[in-house]
Amino acid sequence: MTHSAHILVTGGGLNGPALALALAQAGFRVTVIDSLPCDTRADPAFDGRAYALALTSRRLLAAIGIWQHVAERAEPMLGIRVRDGKAGGSAGPRTLEFDHAEIEEGPMGHMVEDRHLRRALLDAMQEEARITHLAGETVTAQEVQPGGVIVTLASGERIRGALLVGADGRHGGTAARAGIGRMEWGYGQTAVVCAVAHEKPHQGIAHQVFWPAGPLAILPLTGNRSAIVWSESDTRAARIMAMDDAGFLAALRPAVGDVLGALSLVGKRFSYPLGLSLAHEVVAARVALLGDAAHGVHPIAGQGLNAGLRDVAALADVLSEAKARGEDPGAPTVLARYARWRRFDTATLAFATDGFNRLFSNDNPLLRRVRDLGLGAVNAVPGLRRAFIREAAGLTGDLPRLMRGP
Amino acid sequence: MTQLQQEIAPMPQETATQSTTSIDAHEIAKFEAMAAEWWDLDGKFKPLHMLNPCRLDYITTQIAAEFDRDMTAELPFIGLRILDIGCGGGLLCEPMARLGATVVGVDAAARNIPVARIHAEQSGLEIDYRVGTAEALVAEGEQFDIVLNMEVVEHVADPQAYLTACRQLLVPNGLHICSTLNRNAKSYLFAIIGAEHVMRWLPRGTHDWAKFITPDELFGMLTTAGLTPVDRKGMVFNPLTWSWLLSASDLSVNYVTASVNR
Repeated sequence: MTHSAHILVTGGGLNGPALALALAQAGFRVTVIDSLPCDTRADPAFDGRAYALALTSRRLLAAIGIWQHVAERAEPMLGIRVRDGKAGGSAGPRTLEFDHAEIEEGPMGHMVEDRHLRRALLDAMQEEARITHLAGETVTAQEVQPGGVIVTLASGERIRGALLVGADGRHGGTAARAGIGRMEWGYGQTAVVCAVAHEKPHQGIAHQVFWPAGPLAILPLTGNRSAIVWSESDTRAARIMAMDDAGFLAALRPAVGDVLGALSLVGKRFSYPLGLSLAHEVVAARVALLGDAAHGVHPIAGQGLNAGLRDVAALADVLSEAKARGEDPGAPTVLARYARWRRFDTATLAFATDGFNRLFSNDNPLLRRVRDLGLGAVNAVPGLRRAFIREAAGLTGDLPRLMRGP
Repeated sequence: MTQLQQEIAPMPQETATQSTTSIDAHEIAKFEAMAAEWWDLDGKFKPLHMLNPCRLDYITTQIAAEFDRDMTAELPFIGLRILDIGCGGGLLCEPMARLGATVVGVDAAARNIPVARIHAEQSGLEIDYRVGTAEALVAEGEQFDIVLNMEVVEHVADPQAYLTACRQLLVPNGLHICSTLNRNAKSYLFAIIGAEHVMRWLPRGTHDWAKFITPDELFGMLTTAGLTPVDRKGMVFNPLTWSWLLSASDLSVNYVTASVNR
């Protein structure tokens, strides 16, 4: 095997394996390196984590043979209801409603549990002869040479490829070793994530309530269950996490309201400090970054994984095209195409979600008035509402081939 | 847009008989610097690097169609023997080798050969680079599945004799791909005034407009050489995306043809 058709990927979470599968389809050999062993990454018990997959992400997963394995266990999102919550009180009167019937492409998204998605990706990698999966291996060094890049593992093994893709998260190391700096700031907010079972059916509706301390998202899962993403100030989130289950549910109930009836916890609670983290560059010599390694955004609109999968689709597009031409996949000309494609998209998303959060996580009466007017306006104008739905479904911008659908 | 004139025109043969193994360390350092120059995306050969993706799109698509190859295979061109005449630093040879082909790169400019060899070695690719000409390869009885003549024919003294030699190098049903520059007022404006005088992409005197060939003239010469032309496309520079694209209709400046040795 010549190393020129060999791509190295650090990070075996969701984006890394998705990229590996797309590249293997295009004729590349791929080595995926992850510091965690496989069994700790694919815990079969439901742990409360789930993703709102945009339509375009679903198309990508279908193109790489993954969607077929999770479709049965995915819940279609048929509508989104946005409310503005007042401090200490109930949700405001104004609501903004998005219905999938307003766009022709079908449900605007699907809720998929982390355990199913992770398992499907790991299994597919296992079956793909062009993918070598090194689990429980840590990268200690990377070195760019003429014509290639060499990665050194903790075991002392050295692996050479034409390109190294960092899909290893905000502080995974690939970006830092490539000399790429980051811009980071926290919001003073923490997201508390869990799943609840509820008395009344959710009817496929996702709810987003903007409370002054931070947004609360209620996202429909299969059965009478919903995923909760509850953003609160760091101190309050710490208090919420420290509560026992009964105390937690008592605190959650007024924030959720009574649309779903009685609530009970399913699975564990997780907490994630919220912050924006942008790499200064998405490429360096023989290195490309994707997902959180390139841009960790505020999870306000569930766009973290969707943005990562957009990177996956764009990079797979650029590399497949280079492969078919016989170009060196790690050449600066090839990487520049990926960087150009992603730079705009990423910055817009990061600043839009940041701005959205600042606008809503606030009890300033003037801002509240602006929000009320804004929600009313978006609701009143069908074209505008459709534009928001298409944005949420990921249908805007210059779509990579794998996301265009059949 | 081209492998420069002096690399195509017959050169003094002072280094032609040397192999890389007999060259001293000082010479190797010089060749390494030249290899870096050939492959510097913002250097002297920038116009060629900008044109390369477009040329490769055409070449790979034609080869895949003619030889029924699946481009999603690891090495789609395995088993194909390809000759690149006027190979320069190897900008076409390396992609062909990366796709699995057995590649011979020939250049009349002897100094290009060790340069191309050094870069191929750095890229981990095996390519047979030689100093020579199409006519010399015919005399040696060489045969290829594919012969590439990219931006060469407008530089040779006798294009008809040259294309006939290229045909003789092809196996039956072999594929010949040839790109050059059209001869009209627009190509004078773009290739001579624009590329050489205004943008300074190319040194002045790189091209002799009078030697440019119209697509019909080229099809005529290819047919006389015994080849059957099967396709032609324009290569058009888009100033908005700052890149080259293939065009089915605009062959007014740069264009490329495919012919088969039936």
